[in-house]
Amino acid sequence: MKESSRKQGAASPCAACKLLRRRCAQDCVFSPYFPADEPQKFANVHRVFGASNVNKMLQELPIHQRGDAVSSMVYEANARVRDPVYGCVGAISSLQQQIDVLQAQLALAQAEVVHLRVRQSTNFPGHGLCPDSPSSSGSPSSKQVSPQDNKGMFSHMDIVDEASLGESMWSC
Amino acid sequence: MASSSNSYNSPCAACKFLRRKCMPGCIFAPYFPPEEPHKFANVHKIFGASNVTKLLNELLPHQREDAVNSLAYEAEARVRDPVYGCVGAISYLQRQVHRLQKELDAANADLAHYGLSTSAAGAPGNVVDLVFQPQPLPSQQLPPLNPVYRLSGASPVMNQMPRGTGGSYGTFLPWNNGHDQQGGNM
Repeated sequence: MKESSRKQGAASPCAACKLLRRRCAQDCVFSPYFPADEPQKFANVHRVFGASNVNKMLQELPIHQRGDAVSSMVYEANARVRDPVYGCVGAISSLQQQIDVLQAQLALAQAEVVHLRVRQSTNFPGHGLCPDSPSSSGSPSSKQVSPQDNKGMFSHMDIVDEASLGESMWSC
Repeated sequence: MASSSNSYNSPCAACKFLRRKCMPGCIFAPYFPPEEPHKFANVHKIFGASNVTKLLNELLPHQREDAVNSLAYEAEARVRDPVYGCVGAISYLQRQVHRLQKELDAANADLAHYGLSTSAAGAPGNVVDLVFQPQPLPSQQLPPLNPVYRLSGASPVMNQMPRGTGGSYGTFLPWNNGHDQQGGNM
């Protein structure tokens, strides 16, 4: 079906062959990934990587990996076109700075949590009557539960760790 | 530095690779010294010498060093990982940001809980001087791999990019820190 339609010229060439002004063969490496209705997608990739380089890179990959390779190249090419100086490295640097900020804030928050837990546990022995405290179990006047509190905190933190976040890398 | 581009001195890594004469005005010579042949080899393989020439010519001279270093970084990432290139690193970092944001939200929830708990205790003899120091980030929920948003987020740090040689960009390889798969140095 594809053969007859291509030979008859009914099918339009892919975005790559259209830009390169050449005949779109049946086994064109670009056509599965650069449809005719997305011309800018290939234009940017061609501008940054060069069509022959992309062709070479795709040929060296197994077919089931070419889609992801094209998506990542499109992403990098778009980044390079928008920012000719830093390209993707600008995004990487920004993310690394965000990580630094978040890590600092997390350290502060966790230190404050530990501080509050210690204060709460040390305040209890001074008062014989503390029936209102919801986080206390049993008689607080005879307990030093700091280690258990720490365990509770960390076990709570463990729940937050998600080993399997969404693997959807492409949202173009 | 200017003398390094003279014809009687050794050619730059680019002209050596391309087997051509290194002219005094060679656009590659300031950024691809002959002692770093792999740097140009990677850039040439991924981007092509003519593309890089075009790209550098469109930039102001004071921007070219950063451009070359970022191109070298991306080219090395692409050589190491032909499928994902440096987008793999970006995806890894985005997951890190997401995880840290969740941990910070949980810690802030803990703080709110203890704040209410301490005030609910109503201890008259104690002065409750709680100060909630943590400041959550402004609501920048990062969409995954959106080039437009990603790059707008990148622009504030433009001026803070390190301006060293290619070696200093080794610190930007996230998998050197987070991944155990890679061996490490070039």
